[in-house]
Amino acid sequence: MRKIMSWVASGCLLAAASYAKKIDFRRDIAPVLEEHCVECHFPGTTSSGTQLKDRKELLAGGSVVPGKPNDSFFYNSMVDGWMPPAGKLVEVQLALIFDWIAQGAPWPEGIVLKRPEKKEQAAAAPSVELDNVRRIREIIVAKKTAAKGAYHVTIPNTTVAYDMTPIPAGEFLMGSSQKPDELPQHHVRVDAFWMQTHEVTWDEYHLFMFAEQANEKAGQDKTVDAISRPTHPYVEMSFGMGIEGFPAISMTQHGANKYAEWLSAKTGEFYRLPTEAEWEYACKAGGKPSAPLADTAWYAANSTGKYQKVETKKPNAFGLFDMLGNVSEWTLDQLAPYSAASQDNPWVAPKKAYPIAVRGGNWNDPPENVTCEVRLGSDASWKEQDPQLPKSIWYETDAPWLGFRLVRPVKLPSAEEMYRYWNNGVEHDEQ
Amino acid sequence: MKEQDSISGRREFLKTSGAMAAGVVTGFPAIISGQTVTNAIKVGLVGAGGRGTGAAAQALTADDYAELWAVADIDQSRIDASLATLAKQKIASQLKVDKANQYLGLDAYQKVIDSGVDIVILTTPPGFRPVHLAACIDANKHVFCEKPISTDAPGVRSVLATTEKARAKNLSLVSGFCWRYNDAIVDSFKHVHDGSIGHLVAYYANYFTTPVKPMPPESTRPAGMSDTEWQIRNWYNFVWLCGDSIVEQAVHSVDKVAWAMNDEPPVSCTAVGGREIPAEGGNIYDHFSVNYLYPNGFRAFVSNRQSVGCYNENADYIMGSEGACILVGARPPRVEGKNPWTWSGVKYDMYQREHDVLFASIRKHQPINNGKRMATSTLLAMMGRMAAYTGQQITWEQAMNSQESLVPEHLDWNGSLPVAPRAKPGVTKFS
Repeated sequence: MRKIMSWVASGCLLAAASYAKKIDFRRDIAPVLEEHCVECHFPGTTSSGTQLKDRKELLAGGSVVPGKPNDSFFYNSMVDGWMPPAGKLVEVQLALIFDWIAQGAPWPEGIVLKRPEKKEQAAAAPSVELDNVRRIREIIVAKKTAAKGAYHVTIPNTTVAYDMTPIPAGEFLMGSSQKPDELPQHHVRVDAFWMQTHEVTWDEYHLFMFAEQANEKAGQDKTVDAISRPTHPYVEMSFGMGIEGFPAISMTQHGANKYAEWLSAKTGEFYRLPTEAEWEYACKAGGKPSAPLADTAWYAANSTGKYQKVETKKPNAFGLFDMLGNVSEWTLDQLAPYSAASQDNPWVAPKKAYPIAVRGGNWNDPPENVTCEVRLGSDASWKEQDPQLPKSIWYETDAPWLGFRLVRPVKLPSAEEMYRYWNNGVEHDEQ
Repeated sequence: MKEQDSISGRREFLKTSGAMAAGVVTGFPAIISGQTVTNAIKVGLVGAGGRGTGAAAQALTADDYAELWAVADIDQSRIDASLATLAKQKIASQLKVDKANQYLGLDAYQKVIDSGVDIVILTTPPGFRPVHLAACIDANKHVFCEKPISTDAPGVRSVLATTEKARAKNLSLVSGFCWRYNDAIVDSFKHVHDGSIGHLVAYYANYFTTPVKPMPPESTRPAGMSDTEWQIRNWYNFVWLCGDSIVEQAVHSVDKVAWAMNDEPPVSCTAVGGREIPAEGGNIYDHFSVNYLYPNGFRAFVSNRQSVGCYNENADYIMGSEGACILVGARPPRVEGKNPWTWSGVKYDMYQREHDVLFASIRKHQPINNGKRMATSTLLAMMGRMAAYTGQQITWEQAMNSQESLVPEHLDWNGSLPVAPRAKPGVTKFS
């Protein structure tokens, strides 16, 4: 079925006039092959199959049928996501490969592909992806959403909606005296932002996981097409706890970041995960929670061993639901010790895969873990049931209590800053 | 039929073993070679895909003195990718695979066995497993044997015979039926067996997922690639290599049914099955539903499906006269009814546990042998396939004595290999 869908997708690409430009091998194709393919498919590196030495050698391998991309294993293996093994190419790159083969797979004599050098982590943003972020920013600037106060968003071309709650700028005392990693308490100032009123639900996240459910057709919106999306999971990730109106779970922080990028491109509003400081500030909502925990939160004592529908407990003073309990929520920060100094809009950008800060406690937690201050760090064990190496960059197979919600800062960041928010650079487990 | 595993913490043991002086070899099995100076256990990997790479990492993690020594696959690029992935793990310093110990081809397993290793990890497609396992035990190697262990009944009988040889030789043979090494599931089955849910009435298990490795169209086959290579590269789609989805994947559910029944065999089964998504030149089904009858009238129902856009779930419902034990995905297992219980505790990676137990058994010279139950659980799944393929009721004795041999006796890497037609219930004969 996955196969069938990819034929449909490629058929759409063929029909899409926007891609029908003349392919220049050096400019359009060589960089993709050099980054993703030649490490393995180069003379001397592999015993059989596709060899990216020159056109003659490539065609001898049989995986490229000039003029017929849909009959080319080379293209189909990429559309199906088997190749490259490190992760599926984005739609723009797939479209280039498609057009290249459709145009007879030209490869001028004398162009020799370079093998990649070992890349430094946190390297500069790849230009093709940063260009796409710039396009998203242009869409946002052009739209000039001038919402004030709370507002309602329907995701374009769907009936799925969510609400945004305004959070005023302010200062608060971050941390607590309860646990060592909540110390020292320190003053933090945060700028104004909107926060999603409820945790992102499966209704919303499925639109991102399955493009066809969002009524998207490849080739219609190249900005959306260029955003990488999750591989299809082999198991259904709600684990029988419910879909409609229930919070989405078990995604990696990378998955949540890419969802934010996708939602920004779809809606023309800039979204990202909250920083730890923004999250805690929004949770505390100007004071100590006064309502009993059981009135505002789903946790071990009342959850019956599963997550519950969002917005079924009382909101906090800002009007946010389920900040405490139901599902724990991803933040943008690497989990790191606090310092005593006062700070403005602090953010510890991740430099390694673990631990990344998760907040709020969940349906499986005792009450002492369901507070505005408790900090949890992500861990490699959250991917334990993935038996393969390398492990998926999209799913935390063992964290059926982990979700997220997004914020929309009032002040629009630069494209470079957006890129950093949406690309943690540590999505591949390396220990 | 119950087998005892000594699941013991490796760390306590290794603290002592690691501290041993270099010359102290007394008490270690004579079968371990190359330990005189370094105390090393040399590991050979046969099948360097994602699962094999994962298993190799777990083997090296299980024992600080384990070394990856030799690797076999059909494709050098897979070996390269596997070693590159392992080089990014904590166990990188335990990689000792010379180029000369990287073997390619259908006989590469024997070269790994002969390279001076102590343990062999068998993670190729399951059709090869009986022959590979027999060769390992003949050569006095300990084995980690991934599930399932065969694709036909002659292979099951071969593994049962090999199992007895391993026992006689005091070799450890640990199987990849991973749930038997999952603390939460082990505890759950204790509850099932101690009467917490009364006497057992029925077992319902499902394994509804998206497709695993769909078959590419014949038109994408590279020019000059032989039938044998084409089929092995797309192994999931051929019964002789994979055993079909119920034997390859849903066998995990079937193994838990066997566990509930203390690994006693059923009387008979009936089954339905077929294929909804076109097979594209492969010959497996994409759905099965099997109904097992046990001697006391107990019924077990196992259904699996690999489709898109359908309801997905992977769960076990074990029903008793006084309650039910429910195992759903990554959620804590629970008992409902007269004696309610929910598992709580600190999780430990079940794949890691398999190797911890294997290495500790070798170090302590207390061999573990999972051979019999891994063979009978595989046959139990196979019996469901036989009933679905033929449309007949199949008894355990029929299944155990089936003469149908699916794996070609002499396999030629460059040879032609016709694909048997997909089975038709009512037409396909049991043999």
